[in-house]
Amino acid sequence: MPVNYLKETPSQTAGPYVHIGLLPAQAGLAMRHNEALNVIAAEGERIVIDGIVHDGLGNPVKDALIELWQPNARGELGAKGLWGRAGADHETGLYRFETIRPPALPWRNGQNQAPHCSLLIFARGINIHLHTRMYFPEDAALHASDPALQRVDSAARRATLVAANQGPGHYRFDIRLQGENETVFFDM
Amino acid sequence: MTDYMRRDRSWHPPAYTPGYKTSVLRSPKCALLSLDQGPAEKSGPVFKADMLHELDNDLIRNYAAATGSPGEAIGERIIVHGRVMDETGRPVPRTLLEVWQANAGGRYRHRNDRYLAPLDPNFGGCGRCMSDDEGRYFFRTIKPGPYPWPNHGSDWRPAHIHVSIFGEAFAQRLITQLYFEGDPLIPLCPIVRTIRDDRAIEQLVAKLDMGEMRSFDCLVYRFDIVLRGRQQTFFENRPEGM
Ligand SMILES: [Fe+3]
Repeated sequence: MPVNYLKETPSQTAGPYVHIGLLPAQAGLAMRHNEALNVIAAEGERIVIDGIVHDGLGNPVKDALIELWQPNARGELGAKGLWGRAGADHETGLYRFETIRPPALPWRNGQNQAPHCSLLIFARGINIHLHTRMYFPEDAALHASDPALQRVDSAARRATLVAANQGPGHYRFDIRLQGENETVFFDM
Repeated sequence: MTDYMRRDRSWHPPAYTPGYKTSVLRSPKCALLSLDQGPAEKSGPVFKADMLHELDNDLIRNYAAATGSPGEAIGERIIVHGRVMDETGRPVPRTLLEVWQANAGGRYRHRNDRYLAPLDPNFGGCGRCMSDDEGRYFFRTIKPGPYPWPNHGSDWRPAHIHVSIFGEAFAQRLITQLYFEGDPLIPLCPIVRTIRDDRAIEQLVAKLDMGEMRSFDCLVYRFDIVLRGRQQTFFENRPEGM
């Protein structure tokens, strides 16, 4: 069965001016200036997720852009899935999403995945986007059987995928691109 | 639904590319964790064409119109068009493309760009469009200028347009850059050279398409985009997950 597949178009960094194209409101452009892609309107338990992306020296990556993808409260994806996009703050590096707490998702063999949000990270200096997941600290019992967390070899690395609870409905999820406590990134 | 084929990571630039200095502290040291795809990886956001504004695919006019100016952007007028398809050659219909770029002088309309070239009062540099049922897309703009950036002293970026594509699944998400045929700066660029295979670089070079040229108006460049394809199903009646 010889097949001539095409090659995927290679990635290139999103660069420092990514906001112009993907977050024109943050770039201060006159167009789409009311757009707030980090606020996801949906029925469910409202939550805030915020955090900072750190480089290998621990410095905030102030030009990072993060995309979030998760099911709605009924576990639906596709056209009913929830998508958002947030830019790190130019001064502090803090990103912020307002969304809902996602439910568990099915996995391949009748297994379940613990509730989580999928995140992609784009920035200057990142040649191909990084893919990670944010899990919730209250779900420790479900984490033991989650197919992704199970694959992570150490408890310390697993912990990089779990947000910290900062009070009711407020989760903090810092991402470390490199070095100590480096966040787990997936190839999926 | 079958899985998407694995990404050929040797075709993409690696994370750590010291010739592009910013990558040095922003590249993970641990290997990526390989995992099968679940429902969240095999689906993605669905954008509707009615979300687009009339001038979103016209960078010559859209910023000026938003600021109430009757003017047009200054520069070499071009249309960029092409097809979005997957690795099996299947068109990727109704997917969102977002583009951004510098003006004809190589200056971005961004607070962090302090290059001495002037801003164009009629150019914002932000556009988007959607592929049609056959995966075809197009937008109109001006050819961006090359610009200097601090890396090994002053390196120069070849003229380029940043392109973001969603595809039909989170697994297909891609951001890349489009270069222009014949630009002598392409092989000199440390960001281009993060890609190790010349054939992969060639995929990022838009070709002058004289057959589509608009007389006394603009030149046309062709840029096809390939996203990850789905694995073949050799046994159609085999239940998923077996
Ligand atoms: Fe650029």
